[in-house]
Amino acid sequence: MELLPTIWFIVIAVLWTGYLFLEGFDLGVGMLMKLFARDNTERRVLLNTIGPVWDGNEVWLITAGAATFAAFPLWYASLFSALYLPLLVVLVALIFRAVAFEYRGKVDNDSWRARWDWAIALGSFFAAFGVGAALALTTTGLPLNSNGDREGGPFAWFSGYAVLGGLAVAGFSLLHALAFLALKTDGNVRHRARGWFVRLLPWLLLPMAGWAVSIQFLDGKPWTWAAVAVAVVAAAAAWFLAHKGAEGRAFMALGVFLLLGSASIFGAVFPVVLPSTVNPEFSLTISNASSSDYTLGLMSIVAAVGLPLVIAYQAWTYWVFRRRVSAAHIPEAHSFLPAVAAKAFTTKG
Amino acid sequence: MDALEIARWQFGITTVYHFMMVPLTIGLGLVVAVIQTAWHRTGNPEYLRMTKFWGKLFLINFIMGVATGLVQEFQFGMAWSEYSRFVGDVFGAPLALEALLAFFVESTFLGLWIFGWKQLKPGIHLACLWIAVVGSVFSAYFIIVANSWMQHPVGVELVNGRPVMTDAWAVFTNNTALVAVPHTLFGALAVAGGFLLGIAWYHLWRRRRDGVDTVGADGKVVPGEADIPGRDRTDHKVWIRSLRIGAVVAMISFAGTALTGDLQGKLMFEQQPMKMAAAEAACHDGTGFSVLSVGNLGSRNCDDIVALIEVPGILSFLAKGNFTTEVKGVNSLLDQYKADYGTNLPDNPVYGERAGQEIEYVPVMEVTYWGFRMMIGFGGLAALAALIALWVTRNGTVPESRWLMRLAVFGILAPFGANAAGWIFTEMGRQPFVVAPNPDFNGIDQVFMFTAAAVSPGVSAGELLTSLVVLTSIYAVLLVVEVKLLVKYIRGGVVSAMPELAHAPVDENEDATPGPDGPGTGDVLAFAY
Repeated sequence: MELLPTIWFIVIAVLWTGYLFLEGFDLGVGMLMKLFARDNTERRVLLNTIGPVWDGNEVWLITAGAATFAAFPLWYASLFSALYLPLLVVLVALIFRAVAFEYRGKVDNDSWRARWDWAIALGSFFAAFGVGAALALTTTGLPLNSNGDREGGPFAWFSGYAVLGGLAVAGFSLLHALAFLALKTDGNVRHRARGWFVRLLPWLLLPMAGWAVSIQFLDGKPWTWAAVAVAVVAAAAAWFLAHKGAEGRAFMALGVFLLLGSASIFGAVFPVVLPSTVNPEFSLTISNASSSDYTLGLMSIVAAVGLPLVIAYQAWTYWVFRRRVSAAHIPEAHSFLPAVAAKAFTTKG
Repeated sequence: MDALEIARWQFGITTVYHFMMVPLTIGLGLVVAVIQTAWHRTGNPEYLRMTKFWGKLFLINFIMGVATGLVQEFQFGMAWSEYSRFVGDVFGAPLALEALLAFFVESTFLGLWIFGWKQLKPGIHLACLWIAVVGSVFSAYFIIVANSWMQHPVGVELVNGRPVMTDAWAVFTNNTALVAVPHTLFGALAVAGGFLLGIAWYHLWRRRRDGVDTVGADGKVVPGEADIPGRDRTDHKVWIRSLRIGAVVAMISFAGTALTGDLQGKLMFEQQPMKMAAAEAACHDGTGFSVLSVGNLGSRNCDDIVALIEVPGILSFLAKGNFTTEVKGVNSLLDQYKADYGTNLPDNPVYGERAGQEIEYVPVMEVTYWGFRMMIGFGGLAALAALIALWVTRNGTVPESRWLMRLAVFGILAPFGANAAGWIFTEMGRQPFVVAPNPDFNGIDQVFMFTAAAVSPGVSAGELLTSLVVLTSIYAVLLVVEVKLLVKYIRGGVVSAMPELAHAPVDENEDATPGPDGPGTGDVLAFAY
């Protein structure tokens, strides 16, 4: 077995898991803007819990994509071109979401805010769903021909697995966000989030558990079965800890669930990176889809230095903004457009 | 239109649009960082106001750059899978390094800067902005390294028909990239310069129109105060200083783009002679530079192009640094390209219905010729305007003329136009290659790819058309929203970025200082959302 492609398979699995862990909660908080928050103050509490970090979190997705391009160009090319339409949905969702975060508070007007709230909520949902569908399909396969191109038209990717993966990531993100809000806010929002977390945990984790288990039936290895079992224990622990009010530990236990769940899925399919449902011989594996050892070696050195650095300064960011946010901290919305501009409008012409 | 053409239009539109935001982000980021440093060192409140105001506009624009940047990365795999397969071994690396070493830095530290006004010590807060700005410069470097490899592939050898990286140093110090990076950075600063100049002019003009500022008998400005929050003498200083900084930045960056552009041009005459010949509409070998050529430039047929005004010797100077060496024109290059790379596309299924067709080696000359001239023209115009602006405002304010004000505001667009034209010229001029061949690079020939072979074979024209329509319309809507927001905040002036000015007179130096025990509970939010 090739060492460098294996290392890079692990790096990419780590990047995707890091993405799901970090942006998982900010995507979920985005969805909760409509599902959970009751008024504008609560929405602003939600927004400000993720405000300083969501953009840094999203870079994990960009890095996962670019690392796949650099380390496994054939995997990147086949997966991204086969999933043209679902990835277009992801792009559109992420564009609206990003812009909405920044622009929502820039005009003090209810309908303006409501419009961007929808952009955040729907953008977050479709981004999570689309990324989940894409990840699920790269583990269960696509109808690829010998060149690695999709056969069967624009919707050939559509399958139960796409839906399952989409629900898995969307569901996990929602739950992760509830855990995050319980940890990161205070007052009413904190307690309601914890209550929701305890009540919804089994339902929201069900699709991800279903994905992990069904992959085990297809390609499971003993250690990946074990990982699934421990992941289930971690989920139970998260429920128990949240029930007891240990919000920080519940959040971490859910993180362990994700880590093991993701390891069980990536571990099971290894060394295949993208199976072909047309003919197993056309499947992409770490050996036939990877870059040269030279490129992988160079990238390994950079990743060995860069990745710990990224984790360190992102951890610092979370430390800087570690205080709980609550409704009491939200200053009144000010009509920022005061006399200067008002005068400009009235004396125009 | 077939899939290839739609994919090309999509790439062009999304890239040019993305590159509307990027130069302003890089240029304005740098300017804001310098201004905040000045505030940090002097404690002068006008610098704080400048930091807040220009920083706000910077952020409104930054987010659009982020949102549209993701499309760029995904697009290679989605629409150009054959390209991605062909170049992945070498082209993916700079993209991955950009994400890992630059974009993470930029996004994380910008988040710290936006929300950290009251959470971080002033020095660390300032450092966060500088780190983010340096990150954005590195972003630009990595992306240009990737692009330069498409212009001039180095550091690889062909293995089983695919380029494989053998020398990363050569890739990351590609001479094409080393001149393109400063050229692009100066281009970004030009955008920021024009932006500062135009907006500051508008505010100074408004202060005059509203009678806040007056001009004394000696011709010098007498700054006044109005009974409106924030419209005091400091406000006057904010604008006049912004205007001057903008003008100086615009002039320096024009000089920088001209010098680096000249180096780049000379390099391009070696590396992609056809691109440069097409940029000059130079059909025949010669030394003359065409100031104005007419004829059917779009036909790619050289015969009916007539150079109305031509300056002898200048073309040689641009290409070779002297006035007498003949530069090869389109016609003789065409024969050479045909001999080197064939007259027809190979009979290979990757070319689809284009297989076997004759290859058009001459890029669309209307685009290259006018793109080249617009790039230089708009850039020069902006620099000239900046020079005039400096002279006109030497007594501390702008003239009362509404038209001059409009011209200054409208002039914000010129450097944007120059940037867009430059990219369109350099990318379209490379056609029909997506990876241009090296005519005389030591040993690496055969490393090239026709654009016709690069598009995703499995993706239908319908899918591409869907995304083209969807992305273009979203971009159009978001452009309107962004411009509206920018205009709103610009009209609001400094107060729109510093609401505290409207509420009570504050000691501005206190603003970013944490309380005695660090940030108080009331300061958990630096109030950003």
